[in-house]
Amino acid sequence: MSPLPDGTDPVDSAPAESAMESAPADSTAPADLTASGNLRRRAAISRVVDASATASALLAVAVLGVLVFGVVKQGASSLSFDFLTENPPQFGGPGGGIASAIVGTVLIVTLAAMMAVPIGVLAALYLTEFAGRRSGFARVLKMALDLMQGLPTVVVGLFVFGLLVAGHGNSGFAGSVALAIVMLPLIARSSQEVLLLVPHSLREAAEALGVSRWRTVVGVILPAALSGIVTGSILAIARAAGETAPLLFVDSLYTPGVQLNLFGHAVPNIPVMIFTLSEGADPSGVARAWGAALVLLAVILAANIGARVLLARSRRRTMG
Amino acid sequence: MRPSGMRPSDDEPSGESTDQSARRRVRIQTSTPDHRPASPATNGIQPTSGREAVFDITDMSVSYGEKPALAWTTLKIDRNLATAVIGPSGCGKSTFIRSLNRMNDSIPGFKLGGKILYHGQDLYGSAVNRVEVRRRIGMVFQKPNPFPKSIFDNVAWAPRNLGLKADLDARVERALRDAALWDEVKDRLRESALGLSGGQQQRLCIARAIAIEPDVVLLDEPASALDPIATASIEDLISTLKSRYTIVIVTHNMQQAARVADRTAFFSLDSTSSARVGTLIEYGDTDAIFRHPSDPRTRDYVTGRFG
Repeated sequence: MSPLPDGTDPVDSAPAESAMESAPADSTAPADLTASGNLRRRAAISRVVDASATASALLAVAVLGVLVFGVVKQGASSLSFDFLTENPPQFGGPGGGIASAIVGTVLIVTLAAMMAVPIGVLAALYLTEFAGRRSGFARVLKMALDLMQGLPTVVVGLFVFGLLVAGHGNSGFAGSVALAIVMLPLIARSSQEVLLLVPHSLREAAEALGVSRWRTVVGVILPAALSGIVTGSILAIARAAGETAPLLFVDSLYTPGVQLNLFGHAVPNIPVMIFTLSEGADPSGVARAWGAALVLLAVILAANIGARVLLARSRRRTMG
Repeated sequence: MRPSGMRPSDDEPSGESTDQSARRRVRIQTSTPDHRPASPATNGIQPTSGREAVFDITDMSVSYGEKPALAWTTLKIDRNLATAVIGPSGCGKSTFIRSLNRMNDSIPGFKLGGKILYHGQDLYGSAVNRVEVRRRIGMVFQKPNPFPKSIFDNVAWAPRNLGLKADLDARVERALRDAALWDEVKDRLRESALGLSGGQQQRLCIARAIAIEPDVVLLDEPASALDPIATASIEDLISTLKSRYTIVIVTHNMQQAARVADRTAFFSLDSTSSARVGTLIEYGDTDAIFRHPSDPRTRDYVTGRFG
């Protein structure tokens, strides 16, 4: 190692010298790599867009965070073992838990999912696998699903009320039907999106093996799209689990005890219970409404995480 | 008399013995080799031999909607030979091979003219079931497309669905051995097929295709997405497979055609027509096509002057 007399490294010194020679006056020389003019303006716009997008994303997370924090703060105090295992008092008033509502919501939502998931997934399969490219019915179906998705849930409630409740009385089954109607378009549309992502080459591969269409669908296409279908269905179920408006119409006149039979009478459920407790004059009722809200959030979150864990496990097995 | 299995009403899974005898019957029927001298005016040389024709194609043409893709193609593809289809891009090679197992049917606007006889019966006849056609005429595609399942299930899936459940393990092992993949995967059959390399995936696709013991295996540029070593293993495989299957392979690579094929068909765009439509220019023994091509267009292509 023999450093040059002036102490600079030989590699660095050469370009420095040549830059000194050509640098004077002309600022647009190729050596100038700093932003100038138009580029400066574009960079500023880019920073503004970047910042506002980041801020909006943070805001969305913040809203969720504040909401969850609020529910936890307000609801935690009423949460106790008794709250989860006892039924509401027979004739109103303070005390008691929400056990019957937890059981009721799980039953109603499960039955609703049993109705909506198969129909939704099959409708999506019809759209992507069986309908012809120019099928008029497929177009109608797609539009109907979009309209259903935009249907106010209060209208769904009123419709099911007219169909199943008027003249028969409230029932958990009517609640399930209403929630299934809410879920159906969400499941069908999200499943359709995922099925469209299954590579065409897989369909060709299965077709070229001389296997019939429906076996191809069941054996290759559905498994390939399963993770997306399950995720979409969970989101739809979670959305329906908290749906209150339709249940106020069709499943709100319940007795406080646990109801395991969904037919013939109303079944206690968390959303309606939150609503009635918070509407009541009793201040302890409001606290219990918060507790019930916390439980509802927790149930949805647990279902979500549980399904994702199952999914990740099955995926590791097949996708490698 | 037709092979019983081709009818849609027939219940396929009953086994291979009836299938075999049906095939034999057909052979007796159709082995009336056509010894007419080849006339250069109609698609060049048609090889003539005592072999049984698997495909007897007469004046085949294909169009998609208004757009013609292939025209005036007449040739016979014989049993237990590897037949290569070569030619420049857009000359209808893939259209041709995909028409042989009716993979084009689902393309909107697909229309076929002329006749394709498969063991003497019209492949596009009204009583013919597409699913049954593909059961007999398998296909391997350009890009390896294993199912997102385990290696074992990739091979076992079709036999299981076609009712060939007896001794499934042995069937899978045989197919993987035939595809020269067994030694590499025997200890990881339960692992995902997506973890294999590209060349292994393509051999798995070949194993999957032969696991149901088809009559014909169509390969649509099977090595074009693979590196030279994987390509060499696929080519070795084709040479061994043709003793048991009739092979039709589309390739961009002329050396590959020269290496693996007994017969070669050269397709190109037809210069006499104003529409850009692919057609068969010349068909014959691979040696003849590469050493003494009779058509100047073939000569230009195989010597690399055009492509």
